[in-house]
Amino acid sequence: MTDLFANKMIAFQNVSKFYNGHNAVALEDVSFQINPGEFVCLAGRSGAGKSTIIKLLIGEERPSRGRVFFGQYEVNKLKSSELPAFRRHIGIVFQDFRLLPNKTSYENISFALEVAGRSNREIRELVPQVLDMVGLSDKHHNFPHQLSGGEKQRVAIARAMVHRPEVIIADEPTGNLDPFHTWEIINLLQKINQLGTTLILATHEKDVINSLEKRVLTLDHGRLIKDEEKGRYILV
Amino acid sequence: MITIITRILQYGIKNFWRNGWLSAATVAVMVMSLCVLSALMIFSFITERAIFAVQDKIDVSVYFNPETSEDEGRRIAESLKTLPQIKEVRYVSNSEALEVFKARYSQEESIQQALNELGDNPLLASVNIRAKSPDLYEEIAKYLTESENINKYVQSISYYKNQEVITRLNKIIHNVNRTGVALTVVLAIIAGLMIFNTIWIATFSNREEISIMRVVGASNLLVRGPYVVEGILAGGIAAVLAMIVTAPVAYYVTSFVANFIPGTNVFSYYFSNFFRIFWWELVFGVGVGAGSSFFAVRRYLKN
Repeated sequence: MTDLFANKMIAFQNVSKFYNGHNAVALEDVSFQINPGEFVCLAGRSGAGKSTIIKLLIGEERPSRGRVFFGQYEVNKLKSSELPAFRRHIGIVFQDFRLLPNKTSYENISFALEVAGRSNREIRELVPQVLDMVGLSDKHHNFPHQLSGGEKQRVAIARAMVHRPEVIIADEPTGNLDPFHTWEIINLLQKINQLGTTLILATHEKDVINSLEKRVLTLDHGRLIKDEEKGRYILV
Repeated sequence: MITIITRILQYGIKNFWRNGWLSAATVAVMVMSLCVLSALMIFSFITERAIFAVQDKIDVSVYFNPETSEDEGRRIAESLKTLPQIKEVRYVSNSEALEVFKARYSQEESIQQALNELGDNPLLASVNIRAKSPDLYEEIAKYLTESENINKYVQSISYYKNQEVITRLNKIIHNVNRTGVALTVVLAIIAGLMIFNTIWIATFSNREEISIMRVVGASNLLVRGPYVVEGILAGGIAAVLAMIVTAPVAYYVTSFVANFIPGTNVFSYYFSNFFRIFWWELVFGVGVGAGSSFFAVRRYLKN
């Protein structure tokens, strides 16, 4: 990593991503860094490149050009077999929740600890604490189809945070929620950030971004057009 | 490692139970495939019995000259027993041959009358030979013809009269055996492919779940393991069910088969070989189930 990116938790260095050769540009020459403990909003319309940044960051996609760093990892160089261990440093929350349908709330959360090889004793201690933190202690036996959208997202957040990751990435976490549950989730994410976890929130919801008054990276047609501390999302 | 294995087993068993309909559909297809396997084993038994019944009817008789003494005939019979190609040798004296002949035609008065008029026994002493395999008769006949110690006492060998029939039967037996092996291989492959395809589709419907596990940080072993456990469970249960389904079918076909091949009892074969058939079904079901799951998940473990 060059000096410019030293001591940064996350760094994108001139990253481009093309599909179908060069016909579809998802990202073009994007560079930015994120420090430990930051709360960063990735703003932009649908198709601006927010999800591509997340996919590149978790190693689901590889950049066509440039490099992606996460701590000591150069993500674009990780082998498929190294990805699971790497991903245990990150907690991810998706718009469509992506909970395991055949597992209860408790099991979905404990799964993140089980894959990390935590002991059963630790799991029995940690999962109820996190369920309590997201306000779902009474729903631990429920399967995802027995939960409301807001509840599902809270389970997803609990799963993302239970193993104490260095970063939580939330990709449009409020996209499927009503305004009440949207603020419930945003408050929860802020709370997690205040406890020291770096948080990346990808969203196109102007009100959410503007009310947070956090750093905003604005994307448009795959280009990073603005990077502002206490920024606002102005539709471009 | 013990913790990981325990978790894999737990996930596999829970998933199998919670994916009720999908598991039931997989087991149903596996039962059908394993029934094909049972049918193949029973078919192979029936073919074996049919071939044996035909083979049992083939023999070669060596007829001695009228001058050959009984002692000489018996000596030759004893010497033939030492040949590795021969399964059974029986000396039939001319008086014994006459008794058999008379008994066989006891109802035919004209034959009895003709024999009485002849006075002398017109039949020849012989040696009845059964080979270990029908295709050895030619070799045996050649030996009998070429051996100087024997051929001077021999008047005729029945093989040369029936050579064409024996050769044709040999060809039929050979072809039936070859077709049986080919049929077994082809149907076993089809049965395996049916199972593989079902598990492939079941895994395809779980691809989203696999990607979630990957994103959460599950290792390939932890993602793949439960599917392999599910495949093993499905194979094991299907093997038990296939045995239960096959039993009444075996019972039903027994009398039908016995009409064509007397002395063939399919039901008794099924029960006396119950554990052997079950073992093969278990090996096939569990093996194909686990292997299919292993390979079906592989394509979703790349990202």
